[in-house]
Amino acid sequence: MSAHSVTEPSPGRKRVAAALVVAYALITLLPLMWIFATGFKSPPDSIAYPPKIAFEPTLEGYVNLFTTRTRVTPEQLQALPPPDGLAETIVRNRDMVIAGPSKFGERFMNSVIIGFGSTFLSIFLGTLAAYAFSRFRIPLSDDLLFFILSTRMMPPIAVAIPIFLMYRTLGLSDTHLGMILLYTAVNISLAVWLLKGFIDEIPREYEEAALIDGYTRFQAFVKVVLPQAATGIASTAIFCLIFAWNEYAFAVLLTSGTAQTAPPFIPTIIGVGGQDWPAVAAGATLFLLPVLVFTVLLRKHLLRGITFGAVRK
Amino acid sequence: MTDVIATAADRAARATPPSVARRVRGLSDRAIAWLFVAPTIFLLLAINIFPLIWTIRLSFTNFAANRPNREVDWVGLRNYERILTDGDIWLSMQATAHFLFWTIALQVLIGFALAWLINQKFRGDDLWTTIIVLPMMLSPAVVGNFWTFLYQPQIGLFNYAVAWVTGADPSSFEMLGSVTLAPWAIVIVDTWMWTPFVMLICLAGLRSIPESIYEAAEIDRASPWRQFWTITVPMVAPFLMLAVLFRGIENFKMFDLVVQLTGGGPGSVTELASINLKREAFEKWRTGYSSAYAVILFVTIFGLASIYVKALNRVKAR
Repeated sequence: MSAHSVTEPSPGRKRVAAALVVAYALITLLPLMWIFATGFKSPPDSIAYPPKIAFEPTLEGYVNLFTTRTRVTPEQLQALPPPDGLAETIVRNRDMVIAGPSKFGERFMNSVIIGFGSTFLSIFLGTLAAYAFSRFRIPLSDDLLFFILSTRMMPPIAVAIPIFLMYRTLGLSDTHLGMILLYTAVNISLAVWLLKGFIDEIPREYEEAALIDGYTRFQAFVKVVLPQAATGIASTAIFCLIFAWNEYAFAVLLTSGTAQTAPPFIPTIIGVGGQDWPAVAAGATLFLLPVLVFTVLLRKHLLRGITFGAVRK
Repeated sequence: MTDVIATAADRAARATPPSVARRVRGLSDRAIAWLFVAPTIFLLLAINIFPLIWTIRLSFTNFAANRPNREVDWVGLRNYERILTDGDIWLSMQATAHFLFWTIALQVLIGFALAWLINQKFRGDDLWTTIIVLPMMLSPAVVGNFWTFLYQPQIGLFNYAVAWVTGADPSSFEMLGSVTLAPWAIVIVDTWMWTPFVMLICLAGLRSIPESIYEAAEIDRASPWRQFWTITVPMVAPFLMLAVLFRGIENFKMFDLVVQLTGGGPGSVTELASINLKREAFEKWRTGYSSAYAVILFVTIFGLASIYVKALNRVKAR
């Protein structure tokens, strides 16, 4: 055996392993790169055969994503004043004029409002519950924790039947509040389990010292525990946000207009003769990008988040 | 985010009228414990348990949500009887089983292999791990919708790539339109999305094995092959179990990705349990019947979940 430890792989083996992993990573990235590229293709380029790798980039997909357009005759087009702005120019090249904004902006904002609203609520309630589960002896706490987790495991469609009826009765269908409450209820299990793990890791001695210094339990929680749990709370929040951001089943069944989020909306972007793929890809790019950024930020806590805090690495 | 929460709690504490504040401060630990847990339990009771009980109640009736004014009859166990003898439901269970078996088999195989490769500790392994993980964090509906584009005969990138490798004509097969290929099309996309999940968990398992065990095996002159089967595999097994159970539960309730990819078609070859249930509940509006169906799915998942938690505690103990 060589000088280094017996379990250290040989340089050759490392190189082969690296090559295989990189190859897998590149293949797995292809669909994502294709979404990104398609967003900058013109509609004819997007459906060209063979699929185009080199193409002239255009913002047509993004313009189509954010606008509705109407077709005009060449004569009408001639009669119009010169186009103001890039968007109008692009649209006129297709014998059309911009008729108004599309619903994408609104749907995207709904995703933002519902995502942040439910994340804030889940974290607020989750931190309190997690602290209690971590620090106090709660009767049947194991059963309660299991009950909290099991709510997360329920198939959304099965839960949606009574929620649909309940929301219809309460007037919560297709409202921001209704969706925020619903996503909070789904996310709270994750929040409690993850945060309990993070708070468990904070030594009790800190609070005990604070209590001896004359802090009340509540002050000790706010001034000692919360700052210590900051990273944990932040990464839990990102997990909740990503879930709410990505959720589709409840959104498609319980919202149709005012509170509809982006995931049910993006697949319905239609162009001439079927889906307008550059516009769909543009919408998908804008929608997926924040999650990609968050994933990179989260990478240290990723494993913890996806296993409800079971695996800590 | 954290600052927001901390200051919000601060502000809430300050904004609370003095009498209430004094009461909160003076609370015993026991009272605080309940005060902190109660809102969560209340929310879950209102949005999970109450609807669940409602579902169970509805499952014994012939209620139809699109005709709320019709008289509702108690039908006893008839809905359950009908479901257990319904051929369509068994077909959908078969589709679900096919999907579950193959996604889990492929994800475990590829996920474990990738984790093992990454654990060879080459330079840049963290960066590549992060890149590989990306698909699983994305919205299944949005990504699934885009995969229908990749799967288009001729112009789709997937068909083109397969044609390029195999030499077949890219328009000679339709991944989503063919009865034989569609069940595999959904397996491929799910495997693409979720292999990183299994990989991450396996990687944690591999990294939890103390080096000293391998060193001891080396002294005993155990071959690498033998070390792999007697140390690596058994030590990773509990982690793998966790990953399998979690993927099992998630894919048993699979809806968004597959609904966007195939909508359950062609015919009903990819109509998984949740898609089938959605049709019964929100297209045919057989609310009573689909409630019974939902209860059956609940019980199954609940059983799986309790096994999951046992596995989870075992991993935690490591």
